[in-house]
Amino acid sequence: MKPMSAKQILMGINGDEAVAYAAKHALVDVCAAYPITPQTIIVEKFAEFVANGEVETEFVRVESEHSALSACLGASAAGARTFTASAANGIELMHEVIFLTSSIRQPVVMAVADRSPSGPINIHGDQTVSLAQRDTGWIMMYCENSQEAYDSTLQAFRIGEHPDVQLPVMTMLDGFVLTHTLENVYLLKEADAHKFVGRRQPMMITIDGKQVPLKLDPKTPITIGPLQLFDYYMESKLQHSEAMEKARPVVTQINNEWAQLTGRKYGDGYLQPFKVTDADAVILTTGSSAGTARFVARQLRAQGKKVGLLKLRTFRPFPDKKIAKLLADVPVVGIFERTHTTGSLGGPIFNEVRSALYDLDTRPTILGYYGGLGGRDVTPDHFRTIYKELLKIKDTGKSPRNPIKYITVRK
Amino acid sequence: MTKKLPGFKDIPPAGVTWKSATEYKTGDWRSKRPVRDEEKCTRCLICWIFCPDAAISWDGKDIHFDMNYCKGCGICAEECPVNCIKMEDE
Repeated sequence: MKPMSAKQILMGINGDEAVAYAAKHALVDVCAAYPITPQTIIVEKFAEFVANGEVETEFVRVESEHSALSACLGASAAGARTFTASAANGIELMHEVIFLTSSIRQPVVMAVADRSPSGPINIHGDQTVSLAQRDTGWIMMYCENSQEAYDSTLQAFRIGEHPDVQLPVMTMLDGFVLTHTLENVYLLKEADAHKFVGRRQPMMITIDGKQVPLKLDPKTPITIGPLQLFDYYMESKLQHSEAMEKARPVVTQINNEWAQLTGRKYGDGYLQPFKVTDADAVILTTGSSAGTARFVARQLRAQGKKVGLLKLRTFRPFPDKKIAKLLADVPVVGIFERTHTTGSLGGPIFNEVRSALYDLDTRPTILGYYGGLGGRDVTPDHFRTIYKELLKIKDTGKSPRNPIKYITVRK
Repeated sequence: MTKKLPGFKDIPPAGVTWKSATEYKTGDWRSKRPVRDEEKCTRCLICWIFCPDAAISWDGKDIHFDMNYCKGCGICAEECPVNCIKMEDE
């Protein structure tokens, strides 16, 4: 993609470094982090920027991920723009604080280098851990490549800190496939990036008729995160839900602003369709798998096969109505997810997409595919196989009894 | 609940309150309260030492229970060497 309005710098970097540059360009006040593969390069590179005096960030070295996000939460409550990054077991360890951060409405930005959860121990990529955060109330965005990782991380600060939103944002990049793979990435000049992100403005709230900033400030003392029992807890949850609803237009707005500045646009900020409108079969997937699937879809189109791809970029807020609109006339849909759920009818993306289509008059046949687990390569052959199966269902009109399948698993 | 509480649009976000934490009164958790027999009490201050919530104060002449913070744990009654504190239902 060619840069448009702003002049940009082309660099050969990996996904982790792209995120570190985004954090550098985002004028982060505080970063607290703990190293974990495959995220480590992000904070290592960022620590280098701090050591070189290239950023004015306060870098807090902590003893665990639970402490990392706790430190970020505290810093953010004091009004600081805050960034952290983690992966897999690190995310699991900070799970408690992940809930706290969103319910206390602190717009921390966290990069998640997607890696499978341990058991059996594995350090390679899949999206099980990040998708397991689906109920934590964060805005969640999946990146297809390192360029998108840079772009989405910078956008994340604007989305999360928007006065209507005030929610934390996670940006996911697939472990190793993106985090450790060299790619050409366009970076904004620092001044342009600074102009885009601006400085964090605290949300103004009304308490007893007085306008005060939602931050810990001795001039206007407030308590953030006090005990809330059965008398107020549910009302706070509804507020959180409303904030997530208000984030919907903001994701699109910031995506458009970014497109004007850089020439790079990710659909409507939620979904990037490729030849979906007239397709007989569509694959819906996230992250780096979308690039591989698009490559296959393009090949099959050249052979006259009517296949399409729907890339899911923003998972929270979930674009259910947009998905229903795009897939309404598609006969067969396959959901490919690099996650594994046991004892349920398919993984989280399968569940939510299928639920989103429930109200349609005629619903597509939907299949769920588990694949690419524990870092198993997601190859074009995966998607050739899936498209072949989907097209066969379209032609024969026969749906399989069990809609959930595994790709490349040995029998 | 007899009093109508505000709806979700009328409360500040994230459960924020305007008070600083030092101003909260937390004694309403209590189900039992300490009642002291002032005649029997020797002002030995063992209760003052043991109170885990610093809810007992000493003004130089006598002790006082701060019922805004007393949780009714009964440690003062347990430790009192002359058994002058009884825990009574709220």
